[in-house]
Formats: sequence, C-alpha cells, structure tokens
Amino acid sequence: MSVIADHLNYIYSAGTAYEHKALDDVSFKIEDGEYVALLGQTGSGKSTLAQHLNGLLKPSSGTVYVDGEDIFEKGYDLKALRGKIGLVFQYPEYQLFEEDVFTDVCFGPKNLGLERSEVELRAYEALKLVGLKDEAFFQSPFDLSGGEKRRVALAGVLAMKPEVLILDEPTAGLDPGGREWIFELIDRLRAEQGITVILISHSMDDVAEHADRLLVMNGGSLVMDGRPREVFSYYKELMQMGLDIPQVSRVMYLLRENGVNVSMDAITVKEALGEILRLF
Amino acid sequence: MKETGDRRQGTVLCLLFVYHKKYSFKETENRPLSPHLILKSMSLIKTDKVSYEYIRRDKDGAVEGINKAVDEIDLSVEKGDFIAILGANGSGKSTLAKHFNALLYPVGGTVFVGGMDTRDEEHLWDIRQTTGMVFQNPDNQIIGTVVEEDVAFGPENMGVKSRDIWERVIRSLKSVDMFEYRKHSPSRLSGGQKQRVAIAGVLAMQPECIVLDEPTAMLDPMGRKEVIASIRELNKTFGITIILITHYMEEAVHADKVYIMDKGRIVMQGTPKQIFTNVEELRGVGLSVPKVTELAFELRRRGVDLPEGILTETELANELCRTLSEAKHRKF
Repeated sequence: MSVIADHLNYIYSAGTAYEHKALDDVSFKIEDGEYVALLGQTGSGKSTLAQHLNGLLKPSSGTVYVDGEDIFEKGYDLKALRGKIGLVFQYPEYQLFEEDVFTDVCFGPKNLGLERSEVELRAYEALKLVGLKDEAFFQSPFDLSGGEKRRVALAGVLAMKPEVLILDEPTAGLDPGGREWIFELIDRLRAEQGITVILISHSMDDVAEHADRLLVMNGGSLVMDGRPREVFSYYKELMQMGLDIPQVSRVMYLLRENGVNVSMDAITVKEALGEILRLF
Repeated sequence: MKETGDRRQGTVLCLLFVYHKKYSFKETENRPLSPHLILKSMSLIKTDKVSYEYIRRDKDGAVEGINKAVDEIDLSVEKGDFIAILGANGSGKSTLAKHFNALLYPVGGTVFVGGMDTRDEEHLWDIRQTTGMVFQNPDNQIIGTVVEEDVAFGPENMGVKSRDIWERVIRSLKSVDMFEYRKHSPSRLSGGQKQRVAIAGVLAMQPECIVLDEPTAMLDPMGRKEVIASIRELNKTFGITIILITHYMEEAVHADKVYIMDKGRIVMQGTPKQIFTNVEELRGVGLSVPKVTELAFELRRRGVDLPEGILTETELANELCRTLSEAKHRKF
C-alpha cells in the first residue's frame, strides 16, 4: 500500500495569537513494504504528520493519497482507512479501557463492522502474536505490568490487520530487552505480512539498525529524506536541529578527525567492526 | 559483633546530640533540631535489608498473590555521591527509589535518610526535605501556570519567608539554566525544559539529595542531553547527591557507582567501568551496554589491543588511534 503526502500544510489555531504552522509544505511517497523512520525534535511536526496519514487530522491545504485515492475527498471511507493504516500512539497503554484484555483488543476490529467470530479470531491471533500469556487474556488490563500493557495496546491495533503500521515511539519507557522485543515484532510483521512500517523515533542507534529510509522533520518541514548512512553523514546539520547521530558514527567521526581513514558509512556496531578491523 | 557496632554508633550519636544542644542552642532556640544536620558523619541514605511486597487482589478484593518487588536490599549512599540504578522493567528499582523519601515504607528492614528512620512519622517532612524526587513525566509534575510560580510552590508550602522564596527560585532556575524562561507558561516549553523546571522545583526546597526516576524516558535527544547536563552540574558544582534511575546505559557512565537490579535484588555493583565490562552478564538481566562499549568489546574479542570497559566515544577513538600507531611501528 503506497502513501503519498502531497504539499501538506497544517496550521494550528489559525487566526488566533497562538497560530502555529505545524506542517509546512510536506511531500513524499512511501512505497509498499518500506521501513521508514521519521525523525525530528519534539514539536517538529512528526506526530501531526502521522495523524494526517490516517485521516485523523485534515490538512489546511494539500492532501494524502493512499493507493492512489485522495483520502480527504468527499465520500472516502475514512473508517476503513483507519483499519488499513494502524496508528500506535505514544504510551498506547494509557488508552486501554475495557474490563478485560480480550474485550479491549476486540474494540478495534468490532468497530470495523466485522462479524463477531471474525472479531474474536483476530483478537486471539493478535494477542498470540504479541506473546501475551493465555492466563492474562481475561484479566483486567490494569493489573498487568507496564510491558504487558504495551503488548495488549499493540495487539489492539494489530487486530485490525493494518497494511501500514505507524508507531509513535513504541519503545519509550521500555528496558533494552523490551525495546529489542518491539523490533523483533516489527521484523516479524514485515516478513510474515509484508506490512509497511513508519517508525517515529528519538533513538538514532535504533533507526540506524533497523530502518531502510529516514525522513527528518524540522520546524514543520521535511528537511532530509534518504538512506540512513546518507542522512547521518550530515552530522552538523542534525546537531543543529537538536538531533544526533548514532554513537558508532560519532566514533567514526572522531577517528576521521584524528586522521584515521575510515568510512562514515558505518553506522551500526557490525559495520563499524568490519571497518575498523580492516585497518589492522 | 554487630550489636556492639550498633551500640557504639548509638553512643556517638548521643554525644553528637549533646554537643549540638550545648553549642548551637541559640540559633535553634525556637525550632526543633533538624536531625540530619547532626548526623553528618553517617551515610545520607542507608537501607538495611529492605524488602517490599505488592499484594495482588482480584476484583472482589481477595488476595491472589504477593509479589516481592524489593528483596532484602542493603545499600548506602554517601553525601555528594552520584549513583545510578539500572534494571529491566519490573526489577524493583522504582519501588526501591520510592523508599528514599518515604513514599513507600518497607515491609521488612529499615531505611534511614539522614539518620532518620523513614517509618518515623515525626520526621516525614524532614525526610522529604532531605530527598526530593523527580519523575518520568514532566507534565504530571508541573502545577504552576508560570515557571517561577511552579518553582516557588515547594518552598512556599514549607513556610519559607517570601523574600527567601524568590532568592531560592532564582538560584534554582539559574542552576538548571532556565532563568530566562521564568515568566513563561510551562505548557509551552519543550519536554527537556519542563523536566528542568521540575528539577528546579525540587531544588528550591534545598534538598541534600535528588532521586530521579527515569527523568529522560519521554524526551528527545536534545532534551535528554540538557537534563543529564543539569544533573551532572548539580552534583559537581553544588555537591547535591544524585540517585539516577534509568534504562539508558549511556546516562549511567557518568555515575560514581552503578547498581544493577534484577528481580528485586542488587545483582551487581561497582564503578561504571567495572559494571560495563560484563557485557554478557548485563544481557542476562535484560540490560545492554552502550553501543561504544559493545563495539570495543567486540573489537577486543577479535584481538584488538584495547583496555576493558571503554565507556565513551572519545575514549574509544583515542585508544584506537594509540593501538593503530603501535601496530604501524611494529610493522617497520
């Protein structure tokens, strides 16, 4: 499923003293099956952009095409779109509300108007996919640990079987094991269902390791779009935007400053390992 | 043996108390002695076999089970220390931290803060004044509509004189580099700025120690850097004791001492260098090491001559330059 943003503009509180341009002429195309990371400082417009892609916010001007169709055109089925483009908000576990886990996960597919048996099957599959233990299915979601709650919240979105999954900082507040688990889940969803992933992240190390393509937002504009190693070669520009480069890249950068001839293309531990061992 | 030790300590305390009463009577005439001033020779925070259990209940209120969140922990923090506590989700680190300013009381064992037993209700406010707490979500900690009012809230509640309050507010905001935002509305600040206002709010109560429970978890890279820089500054320049609870290994490398928690127990402790040398063990408890340390570890494993426990990019780059030039010399 391809997603095209076409000259998106969005102005908050237009006409008031707090008028603020949150999106400024943003255009890009995301192809079916891509793994894209969206970077940018807090307030750069990442989340606002994400909410346009599944029609939660309507642009002040410009539009979004999903599979070639203008989603803001009159008569477009936005409800069906929200089943196809799943959005996992930051700290999604704060949005759990049902009496038990299973009912909570059923909420999404039920709203899509599916048959009850299909709804329950999907909820079961999604909970299995996120690896929640069976005993927890009929517990109150509020009795689970933070990590388990996050799994349930993710299952709630996955049960809608989205073709595009937008995750807004899915690893925030998780320990290294939990973060790794999230990335394994994404890899599995890509391999088994071929879904397109848009990952909003603050961790340069994580996106260097996982994403195929980076989109960098600054002050509401899309300022960079490229492969991770291309984007991370703009060290100074990224720092000016309040962003960073992977820790490994900083080592390569320091080595180069000291006159050691290493390539800045190495952005993960594995790549740096090869690049440094080559010197000996 | 242990009993004698305790008794001896008791005697010293009594003597100190008498000394203090005798010679500092004038200043303290009308207010009770603040015990943490007397007991400077002791650890600022000391836990003695501290345990805490959460009771799980079903929806009718019947007890379903008991989770031991903290399991017989002994730990002592000296004045001026910078301590980091690491551990996976659910390892008990936040539960332990909440004991340091009497938000939770131990089920077993004792917590002393500035020599005061946290279960002693009489000292509750002294304890909370000794250790301040900063939490993960800045939005949950800010109550004022203007930055400086928010920071003044603590000292105001403590009954500090109005002129002194403003002095404290100014000093606190300056020390986290937020003075120029004093007239701003907190709602329009970035996450890192909000978190620094929250730290200033704690500072204004002039605590000896600040406990920060994952203060950077919700921040972007810039915000994280700002907050960590402020924390280090408070420790180095103002001598404030810091207990930092975090998931980010890179943030722990600046600490004097690192504790690793797993299943309610302290499983490793030492300097960051000592701790981060144990890459495999850390993975075993659901943690990782900073990427730089991982890279250095993998290079060492493949025979590159590097010292153990490299923690920063600069360190690794410098060591690599050294070992490269040595290798070159050997070739000729």
